[in-house]
Amino acid sequence: MKDYAAASTSTETVPVATSGDVVSMRQTVRTLAQRCGLSLVHQTKLVTAASELGRNMLVYGGGGVVRAAPVVDAGRSGVFVEFRDKGPGIADLELALTDGWTSGNGMGLGLSGAKRLVDEFDIESGPSGTTVRIVKWGR
Amino acid sequence: MNTESNTRLLVDTLTARRDDFLAQWARTVGEDLRGRLSMAELGRELGELYEALLRALSAGSLDSHGEEFGETRSLLIELSRNRARQGFTPTDTARSVFALKEVLEPSLTGDADSVRAYLQFSRLLDDLGLLTSEAYLRTREEIISSQAEQLLELSTPVVKLWDGVVGVPLVGTLDSARTQVVMEKLLQTLVDTDSTHAIIDITGVPTVDTQVAQHLLKTVVAARMMGARCTISGIRPQIAQTIVALGIEFGDIPTNASLSDALRQALKEVALDAEDDVRGLL
Amino acid sequence: MTDRVPVLKIGEVLLVSIQTDLDDQMVLDLQEDLSHRIVATGAKGVVIDISALEIVDSFVGRMLANNAAVSRILGAETIVVGMRPAVAMTLVELGLSMSGVRTALNLERGLKLLRRIAAGRA
Repeated sequence: MKDYAAASTSTETVPVATSGDVVSMRQTVRTLAQRCGLSLVHQTKLVTAASELGRNMLVYGGGGVVRAAPVVDAGRSGVFVEFRDKGPGIADLELALTDGWTSGNGMGLGLSGAKRLVDEFDIESGPSGTTVRIVKWGR
Repeated sequence: MNTESNTRLLVDTLTARRDDFLAQWARTVGEDLRGRLSMAELGRELGELYEALLRALSAGSLDSHGEEFGETRSLLIELSRNRARQGFTPTDTARSVFALKEVLEPSLTGDADSVRAYLQFSRLLDDLGLLTSEAYLRTREEIISSQAEQLLELSTPVVKLWDGVVGVPLVGTLDSARTQVVMEKLLQTLVDTDSTHAIIDITGVPTVDTQVAQHLLKTVVAARMMGARCTISGIRPQIAQTIVALGIEFGDIPTNASLSDALRQALKEVALDAEDDVRGLL
Repeated sequence: MTDRVPVLKIGEVLLVSIQTDLDDQMVLDLQEDLSHRIVATGAKGVVIDISALEIVDSFVGRMLANNAAVSRILGAETIVVGMRPAVAMTLVELGLSMSGVRTALNLERGLKLLRRIAAGRA
């Protein structure tokens, strides 16, 4: 997926190192979603997805940086959010994206659930870190 | 001969014979539109456009996408939108712009220099004419999408059937977007009216496929999480057969054959609540 | 984080009204506090009001489900009340159905439901 945040002049950057940071990141994403005119349900889905991905980043990637930006493309407007960590990466992406409850703090619904909540979802993972990019289009 | 001297020539000509050209332009366009627009209004519109063009040319530009033509472009977009609403075709609107070429032609085809200037100017007008077509299309698209949205709202009324019971009669084909709207409206109505029971009646839905069944299931589950009970009624025999044949898991969805059965069931449960209240049990 | 969600006792009922966006530690603390308070007070019911929550993600959803299961073992019934429509739709999409959790539209209906359960009528 294109890095919409790089092209935008109103990109918001939030470092995520504690679970408190996840809360403020959610608020940043919500404010942006409201400004971009997403409906309440769309906002809620986007913020929930951001919460899941932010927590994943914190738990598995040791924290990282979240960037959020408005997107306008072919008459639609939406919100782009990128989650980038420098963790060990995800060994089996396909498995990580499979649905299912895992015991304790496992991968559970985090990735697959977040994917269902947004319109575009892109993940790259390697030994030097994981990057997830999502877009939620407005209605 | 460069752009600069071309624009100077154009500006000189357009300034010197302003009133003459404007009158001719308005006349040509007026004939074209055959009186569907008053001459006064037309004269005002074209006058504004003429001035904006002249100002841009005076700034030395012949690039229709350039900053200098910003004012001209917004005037044209405005004009095109108005014409679209008044029912003119995009051709009518584009020709209004192209007509200025005809007006200028006799005065600018004398010598080689003026011909070059004329050609450049007519290229500029071509671009601007196309811009009106684009704006026209966009306006139409906006009108269509806002109508589609209104239709969506109209086609999904949530009605109160009894104290504590709301219903949605669904008619027609269900798609994702529509189901989303139905879900949102139904669930919000539960909160607003403090209703514990919802009935979705699908008597008017011709077919139920996997996706529609999925959407109905999601609505039922969402309502349950909010503390309400949602029932599907009006399932016709062939739909019941399709559901079984498709192997759709309808397991957890409470269903009733008819709306009246669903309503009776809901009322029974609402009555039970009320009875407990009266008994002073609660 | 030292913020904790208050757990109020009214008769045999524990009332939790979540008013702020919770971070994960607060969620874990709440789960811990609730089970301790159920044992300490001998409460028969718990009402968790989430009407102020703008989002419920899988972490909070799981806490609500776990809490219902744990309190049931400790002899108390949990009712989650006031879930917003947008939140419910999002949870369904996320894949959580919270099937083991009793719910009610609002606090008043939640308390009524608890009394009906206590009277063996629900």
